[in-house]
Amino acid sequence: MIHAVAYIGARTLKFISELGHITVFGFRLCVAAVTPPLRGGLLLDEIYKLGVLSLMIICISGLTVGMVLGLQGYNTLVRFGAEESLGAVVALSLIREFGPVMTALLLTGRAGSATTAEIGTMVATEQLDGLRMMSVDPIDYVVKPKALMMLLVTPLLSALFIVFGIFGGYLIGVAMMGGDSGTFIASMENSVDFVNDVAGSFLKAGLFGVLIGLVATYRGYSCEPTSAGVSAATTSTVVTTSVSILIFDYFITALWGV
Amino acid sequence: MEPTDPINPVNGAAHIVLDNVSMSFNGRRVFDSLSCEFPRGKISVVLGGSGVGKSTVLRLIGGLVRPCSGRILVDGDNVCELPDRKLYSVRDKLGMMFQGGALLDSLNVFDNLAFPLRESSKLDEEEIREEVHRRLRSVGLSDVDELLPGELSGGMVKRVALARAIMRSPEILMIDEPFSGLDPVSTKMIEALLLRLNRELGITMVVVSHHVRSTLRMADWIVLMLPDGAVAGTPGDLLNSQDPCVTRFLNEDPDEALAALENPDAATEYSR
Repeated sequence: MIHAVAYIGARTLKFISELGHITVFGFRLCVAAVTPPLRGGLLLDEIYKLGVLSLMIICISGLTVGMVLGLQGYNTLVRFGAEESLGAVVALSLIREFGPVMTALLLTGRAGSATTAEIGTMVATEQLDGLRMMSVDPIDYVVKPKALMMLLVTPLLSALFIVFGIFGGYLIGVAMMGGDSGTFIASMENSVDFVNDVAGSFLKAGLFGVLIGLVATYRGYSCEPTSAGVSAATTSTVVTTSVSILIFDYFITALWGV
Repeated sequence: MEPTDPINPVNGAAHIVLDNVSMSFNGRRVFDSLSCEFPRGKISVVLGGSGVGKSTVLRLIGGLVRPCSGRILVDGDNVCELPDRKLYSVRDKLGMMFQGGALLDSLNVFDNLAFPLRESSKLDEEEIREEVHRRLRSVGLSDVDELLPGELSGGMVKRVALARAIMRSPEILMIDEPFSGLDPVSTKMIEALLLRLNRELGITMVVVSHHVRSTLRMADWIVLMLPDGAVAGTPGDLLNSQDPCVTRFLNEDPDEALAALENPDAATEYSR
């Protein structure tokens, strides 16, 4: 019994300590973000690595999710004679939920894990210490470009996911099931509100981008300088970020109605 | 020979002072109450077996880790008490060559060497290019600008790392295990390079090594770290020591060690 209490206590203390460290890390990152130099070349590099290299997976995933939504939505709505609402169902599901959440989860697996592994390897091979010894802050040179660009690319990729998803839903609902094209588009136009739905979706994706950027860079930055440490940090990034995204998603939806 | 009380037999002020420094990682003791000095403008070698904390000494001097207790003075500044921002101004005086090179693996050799200048100097690209090539020549390399660190041999990595460490003309150069993993020819080449850099630039050097022969050839001052404490002195002091721990460690090859001591010019032969 005492061991169980001690174990829970130790885990709680570790969690609080970790929370403190990530807060300090986040604060240092914010300071670095508004402190010159901007490092434009590195930012462009990161847009390529995090964004451009994720295009394929985002487009294919968006298309297939939209197609599944179209198929499931049509089969469900047709039972109630409400198949003309398919456009609204597909668009609202993608814009409000699937777009930002699925994009964030996919980015966590593809770019978040790669970011942790890259920074972790730099820790293990003393490259970050090398930067410090050259009077260069690794948070400014290594972490800042990755975290900032994650914040930028997540909403953009989410928008792309949504576009491909809607196209997938249209393909199924109209081209395959024989629904009316005009009705699909009109239903979508009438139901989607720019401020509540589209802007909210961007906001949600942006927050997920902050979360992925912060956790992925922090895990890499603070990992044990061994190959096992890098591996553990990479796994931890995927698990922690994925679970956090789903929890945050619930609270954002519940509190802000997005 | 003395235990590691603050002594400085190499006439002149100590550039770096460790005063009663204790260090442990995650509750595991590395060393207790270590006190030693590193003379200005000389080559000091921190010698010792694996796991006694040699590399930790360099990391402590560079402020990369903080000690559990004690003071570390670098040119008079106590790096243990400095906040990160001020630590960077102390590091401007330091250059460090890491054991594995620590070259940025996303940059080629030229950009790795240009990096410290682009970050901290106002030189234009043409001046940086000249400076990079001058440093590369000084470590015996040419035509390697476009190579990535992963495409270099072990000896070349060490030399590029050494060139990067001296790019900002540091007052103090710290070198971690320059001879590890190198063949005898490369070892002597690096050794000659270090001697030449010390003689030409007058840099204070702190070299961490467990390579006894090279140490005896090149060191002006040796700090020998043993499991139960450290002993410091000139190579002659240590070779004449009656302490069995010292003699056991140094006399891995007694004939070679004595030959190196009796022929102090041996090292300069290599630099020719």
